[in-house]
Amino acid sequence: MDLGRGSGYHGVPRWVYAIAAAGGVFVLLPLAAMAARVNWPQFIPLVTSESSLTALGLSLRTSAASTALCIIFGVPLALVLARSSFPGQRLLRAFVLLPLVLPPVVGGIALLYTFGRQGLLGRSLEAAGIQIAFSTTAVVLAQTFVALPFLVVSLEGALRTAGGRYEAVAATLGARPTTVLRRVTVPLVLPGLASGAVLSFARSLGEFGATLTFAGSLQGVTRTLPLEIYLQRETDADAAVALSLVLVAVAVTVVGLTYRRPGQKDQRSVPAGGTASGRMDGAR
Amino acid sequence: MKSWNPRITALAAAAALLTAGLAACGPPASTSTGPAGAGSSAAAGQPSGTVTVFAAASLKATFSKLASDFEAKNPGSKVTLSFAGSSDLATQISQGAPADVFASADTRNMAKLADAGLLEGAETNFATNVLQIAVPPSNPASIAAFADLARPGVKVVVCASQVPCGAASDTVEKAAGVTLSPVSEESSVTDVLGKVASGEADAGLVYVTDVKGAGDKVKGIPFPEAGKAVNTYPIATVGSSRNKELAAAFIALVTGAEGRKTLAGAGFGAP
Repeated sequence: MDLGRGSGYHGVPRWVYAIAAAGGVFVLLPLAAMAARVNWPQFIPLVTSESSLTALGLSLRTSAASTALCIIFGVPLALVLARSSFPGQRLLRAFVLLPLVLPPVVGGIALLYTFGRQGLLGRSLEAAGIQIAFSTTAVVLAQTFVALPFLVVSLEGALRTAGGRYEAVAATLGARPTTVLRRVTVPLVLPGLASGAVLSFARSLGEFGATLTFAGSLQGVTRTLPLEIYLQRETDADAAVALSLVLVAVAVTVVGLTYRRPGQKDQRSVPAGGTASGRMDGAR
Repeated sequence: MKSWNPRITALAAAAALLTAGLAACGPPASTSTGPAGAGSSAAAGQPSGTVTVFAAASLKATFSKLASDFEAKNPGSKVTLSFAGSSDLATQISQGAPADVFASADTRNMAKLADAGLLEGAETNFATNVLQIAVPPSNPASIAAFADLARPGVKVVVCASQVPCGAASDTVEKAAGVTLSPVSEESSVTDVLGKVASGEADAGLVYVTDVKGAGDKVKGIPFPEAGKAVNTYPIATVGSSRNKELAAAFIALVTGAEGRKTLAGAGFGAP
């Protein structure tokens, strides 16, 4: 079948729209159904209860911390994966991306056997007086574990599409590797880094399985918003639905802030002035 | 008008698939009703078919055994089991899940369904369960009594008040006059047990049947105050059941002598 229509092709067959609409409805309908179930007159009291606010605050703080950890460890990881080649690189990438496909509860069990009291590192940490289990640190670790691949994938993609040309030029002009990284590479892939960070934040915000398995659940310490929703559901379905909607709203806001311009064309601006705008994936 | 070609082809393909699917669906559906209908009439009093049992997670071991006993006793019958937290199961049933029998770990969730008019007849209490302190086999914090749980530095994990085992823990706490400051309040008793078994926590409050079921992974420490919070397990036929005869037969097995024996073996008390 010839689907090509020659030059200026940007038409999509009409039947694709129909299926796309069905896909969109599949995602939106459950959200609408949930919104319809919200006990609106009680909405404000339900979401501003002390336990809800504590859980929301904890979720935002831990997600911010895990996003920071994702940036600290994810940027070097993405650089190593995108810009160098060494034996075992493909294996390393596969393992770094593993938490993307791993059920979170499996991640929680793995973390338990690493940082838990009887765990691989936990025993030494315990001897040093550091206790991770049942602490907010455990929540951050669980979130970082599941969110790191999102940042690495986004950033590695951005690095690969940006290519190494500007970096090579900078190097020939005498810039040292660290200078090239700081002045050329990072500004060049800043949009990719930003979207990766936002995805990591959103994933951290929704993290449930690994936290429940590894960190436990205590108000103000380890009970994040998803755990609070899970618990409220036992007795107060109205509160659970109201809080779910809050979580959806936060996630939509966060993701919407950076994902609002997927169609923009690359401005192809040279990052000499330190500003890198435009998307890198048009460069292919 | 080239773009129409693929669309028509796709539509035709979809239509072909649909008719093929419908054609394939037809005959088996009609033949499958045959044996089922014949079976129930031919068995003459012997109930047959499939009974779907929604049971509290703590009943997993006992109900799995009772289900295979039931199938052996009633040839032609099949028991499908679904285990989860009692409130999850109650929610599922009220949302139309196809359950024939509901066995809850507390009377509250059964009452929820009874109040909504979703049960057939009255429920029967068939077992009781009490709390016990679970500690890792080495008992690192040297727990011997309930009051030891309140010692500073002891990492205690309990169920959250919202779930049945947590409500029982609260009652026991009050009865003992001891205030615990747990490091975690889990949403299921399985999670409490897991944290103790992995050595993460020094002690946890779980049901006596959980300790028994965990074998040598945890050690159980009974305490007198546990008697203040006895959990009663009710069982009932779900109103929307399509096989009430078989459901009643299964409930009879659970509440009868054989069920009693299996339940007692797992640590459940008599109702």
